[in-house]
Amino acid sequence: MRGVWTVARKDLQSELRSKEAINASVSFALVILLIFSFAFEPTADETRAISGGLLWIAFAFAGALILNRSFARELQNDCLEAVIASPVAGWELFLGKAFGSFLLLFGVELICLPVFGIFYGINLTKTLWPLLLILVLGTWALTALGVTFAALTVNIRLRELMLPLLLYPALSPALMASMTLTTSLLTTGSFGTNNQPWIRLLIGFDVIFTSLALALIEFVLVL
Amino acid sequence: MNPASEAVLASEVWKFHGDFPALRGVSVSADRGTCLALLGRNGAGKTTLLRILAGLSTPSRGTVRILGTAPRLPMTRARAGYLGHGIGIYDELTARENLLHFARLYGVKNRDAAVSKWLERVDLKRVEDGRVREFSRGMRQRLAIARAFVHNPDVLLLDEPFTSLDDRAIALLQNLLRDAFARGCTAVLSTHQLREALELATHVALLDRGKLKFSGLRTQAMLDAPPSIYSEMETGG
Amino acid sequence: MSTMSTRQKLVYGLGATGTLLLIWNLYRVLLVLPDEMQQGAIYRIIYFHVPAAFVGWTLFLAALVASALYLWNKNLALDGFAASAIEVGWVFCSINLVTGMIWARIIWGIWWTWDPRLTSMFICWLLYGGYLVLRGAIDDAGQRATVSAVLAIFAFADVPIVFMAIRWWRTQHPSPVLETGGLAPEMRLPFWLNVFVFLLIGLAITLLRLDQEDTKRELEGLRRHAHAHAI
Repeated sequence: MRGVWTVARKDLQSELRSKEAINASVSFALVILLIFSFAFEPTADETRAISGGLLWIAFAFAGALILNRSFARELQNDCLEAVIASPVAGWELFLGKAFGSFLLLFGVELICLPVFGIFYGINLTKTLWPLLLILVLGTWALTALGVTFAALTVNIRLRELMLPLLLYPALSPALMASMTLTTSLLTTGSFGTNNQPWIRLLIGFDVIFTSLALALIEFVLVL
Repeated sequence: MNPASEAVLASEVWKFHGDFPALRGVSVSADRGTCLALLGRNGAGKTTLLRILAGLSTPSRGTVRILGTAPRLPMTRARAGYLGHGIGIYDELTARENLLHFARLYGVKNRDAAVSKWLERVDLKRVEDGRVREFSRGMRQRLAIARAFVHNPDVLLLDEPFTSLDDRAIALLQNLLRDAFARGCTAVLSTHQLREALELATHVALLDRGKLKFSGLRTQAMLDAPPSIYSEMETGG
Repeated sequence: MSTMSTRQKLVYGLGATGTLLLIWNLYRVLLVLPDEMQQGAIYRIIYFHVPAAFVGWTLFLAALVASALYLWNKNLALDGFAASAIEVGWVFCSINLVTGMIWARIIWGIWWTWDPRLTSMFICWLLYGGYLVLRGAIDDAGQRATVSAVLAIFAFADVPIVFMAIRWWRTQHPSPVLETGGLAPEMRLPFWLNVFVFLLIGLAITLLRLDQEDTKRELEGLRRHAHAHAI
């Protein structure tokens, strides 16, 4: 586990030093929120109905930026090779990168939430804790699957194009679940009795794909 | 040859890329305290072999042992140091942070002391808090060398380490390697820089298109006229 | 005939049998069977729409098994089979999507209805399409095989989750659905026959594709040999 923390710490250290990906992601997410306000001219009710979809579109695209940066930094100077040659296990490298990206993306989301609340006149404090729970589960799905696909495409032409192309269809069930649950929280103030299956789906998705990634990552890193 | 003294052992190693054999039944070994120079043209398979020895790649056939254990095991990797074509240091971190990171990955005890010591030895202590991004090429190379040595490896695997090093770095690396050999370390290095490598080498092996063409002691004749060794080895001299 | 390999004989055999049966079945489906009560002539499209999906999933399942086996023993022939199966399966998915869209157009007057099965199939079509694009972007055979195998495993694991999710989504946001309903007795034989026929043809084309993959691998190897000896 020490390896996990070492890798995550280094990723956070690098990113917080230059803040390139964070700045880009936050800007990008805010621009999306802004553009949607032009596109829909929402009243409060309409906004609430699309809130889940809107937030998660912004987070999904911002997440791709962070994930791309995470592996791009390892490719420069062949650092990835140096790390794989070290005693760190493949699963430690995967978890470390996933945690690092998760924390960065979660930070971006925490910045975007109040801005969203202000722009669209929605009070988020009433359902804050359930909302954060969905944010955690949904963001983990994004980063776990995203780091896996980033590792798959790390040595490939068109790498930056391939990642979203592969990631978004695969992620769609988790995105659907997150969007539905977020919208439900912001419109009705609770998860809703009909929405229990979505929570189970989101948790199940996280468990299944994290396990698969842990099992298969070694094959991808050592060719 | 006493098997227990072989620090590096590759036996009948084949590596296929698709249907193409990059390595064909290569068998080399290096005893503790020796330095094996891998020679050969580009595409001969030197990098492929070194990557397999470092645990970055698995052989299609054959066995590889580093200090008696498989290269991919964490305990083996902890005792081996690898310097590949890329320098393997992060531009956005400082010199100190880079070495600390790798010291952590390798489980080095007394990290701070070890990092300070190696920064001194490669003469980067003054700039330890400078970002690598701002370093000159020579400084980056010296830091890369420090990275490979920071955990005091018993086996060193170096892929063309002298290529594009400035004179100062070449001298530094040669000194570090000599000290390492005196401690009983083993090194396998591939090279085009015949003179610098042959000065250190105790044994040489020549690869050609994936096959081992020659292996044996490094002789004085090789040292006197480095380029001639290619023709010598090919005629079995 | 004696110069053909076993595999080629198998391909021609499967292909010929499949084609003959298909022709016979087409005759029955199009000319002999009566129209269905509510949907009219277009109902016959079910004989192609659903079997295409069956065969697509069967091929994807075969590709999953081949991919997992490849990761275990690194035999590139398995990678070739997985790639061929997924490519042919993807074509059958496309057939399913197109027939579904035609059906929707005739029945509901719109090309796309976000019907749960069509939507799920579309996502899977994108997933496996991504697999094919990924293969095209990697030159090294070993790396390509490993990366593809891992992706095939992830894709197949995702498929049931996608179907579940879209079904729940659609129960909460209902919209027009393509009714396949039960099959009347006289429809069952042509239906299952078509499933069988599509399987035969699908298998034949997969084996053809596998031949191409093997040849391509051989060529790549020879090219590398030539380059290596030319220096």
